[in-house]
Amino acid sequence: MAVIGVSFLLMVASLFMALLYAPTERFMGDVQRIFYFHVPLAWLAFLNFFIVFVASIQFLRKGSAAWDQLAYCAAEIGTLFTTLVLITGSLWAKPVWGTWWSWDPRLTASLILWLIYIAYLTVRSYAAESGRGTRFAAVVGILGFVDVPIVYLSIYWWRTLHPGPVIQTGGMVPEMTRALLVSLLAFTVFFVILMRYRLRLRRMETEIEELRQADR
Amino acid sequence: MRPFLDQVWAIVAKDIRSELRTKDIFTSLLLFSLLVLVVFSFAFEPGTQATRQATPGLLWVAFIFAGVLGLNRAFTIEKDRGSLEGLLLCPVDRATIYWGKLASSLLLMLAMEALVFPLFAIFFNLPLWLPAVLIIAPLGTIGFVAVGTLFSAIAVHTRAREFMLPLLLFPVLVPVVIGAVEATRTALDEGVLSGSWVPLLLAFDVLFLAVSSLAFEFVLEE
Repeated sequence: MAVIGVSFLLMVASLFMALLYAPTERFMGDVQRIFYFHVPLAWLAFLNFFIVFVASIQFLRKGSAAWDQLAYCAAEIGTLFTTLVLITGSLWAKPVWGTWWSWDPRLTASLILWLIYIAYLTVRSYAAESGRGTRFAAVVGILGFVDVPIVYLSIYWWRTLHPGPVIQTGGMVPEMTRALLVSLLAFTVFFVILMRYRLRLRRMETEIEELRQADR
Repeated sequence: MRPFLDQVWAIVAKDIRSELRTKDIFTSLLLFSLLVLVVFSFAFEPGTQATRQATPGLLWVAFIFAGVLGLNRAFTIEKDRGSLEGLLLCPVDRATIYWGKLASSLLLMLAMEALVFPLFAIFFNLPLWLPAVLIIAPLGTIGFVAVGTLFSAIAVHTRAREFMLPLLLFPVLVPVVIGAVEATRTALDEGVLSGSWVPLLLAFDVLFLAVSSLAFEFVLEE
């Protein structure tokens, strides 16, 4: 329970830092504050993808259900965070770039990441037998993780041959960095809680499924 | 090395023999890519500068759509008539089955492309008679079948298999598609094999072949 309290306090703190403490960005105005949510969400989207990758390898090597459960829960939570990254990114892009979407390397790689997560979840639920489904998903998780950096790089090389949109880069004042660090921490703690609950639920689901199989 | 190649060849020979008897996959591949080409001619006015710009993309989209169709068939015929079990019972490595199925899909795709490239050149009045195409087309196709063979072995064991293969394949295939399209575009513009996309395409092929052949073992496990 204590960790939930900590997470709540951190979330309130990060809201305060992002909305009130951090100074308003000079060119973009208040809309830039979405940055303090967008970046932590992106970090967690990639962290989950990495967990899926490692847990999938371990599952294929050792065949233990625990690794598979971890990979599955990380894929589910990762899908949620990637969806939120794409939505917050579009909300930010429209007023700043004047367009909801641009096919630049980072955006495209995020969309491909989202599609691979969807493929991971779909292949599991569409598999003829669940035992196969877990292995198929693990293969997709591994291949997908290898693929996303290459997608990023290939689009980067491609777009540097064709002039593309330029993302403005600039320094951050210390207040902004602090606000970002607090919200990174807040979202990561929130993720840990989410993961713990999801894993517990997943274990219960597995148990119920086994009991139902045994009953037949 | 020798016994491995013999085993791979045995699988390829089996596929070629059954394909020569039915002409099932080749006909559907060829007709499908022809139909895509015809639809493109309505969507994009042939002969204009804009169409010329879009041509490398159109070509590869046609090949990939047709290839998905062919790869789906490649494992569906094995599965539906129970010959996949026979293949799995063979005293060979899973990797051998992967390379065998890959080689026969590659041959089919290349045979189709050998007919579609000239047809495309004729219908869209394009200078596609280039030696460079003889290198780019196989390189792009190898990348496609490397991942495609792995994923079609997965898709065949799922419900809604026709939908499953593109869902798995297209996101992963992005680098190969960009590489193949850009290499073809460079060849069309400059008439010779140049630019950095050909070595990159080769690198993608090697990487995808390595990862897919390693992962294949876990897909066909019973």
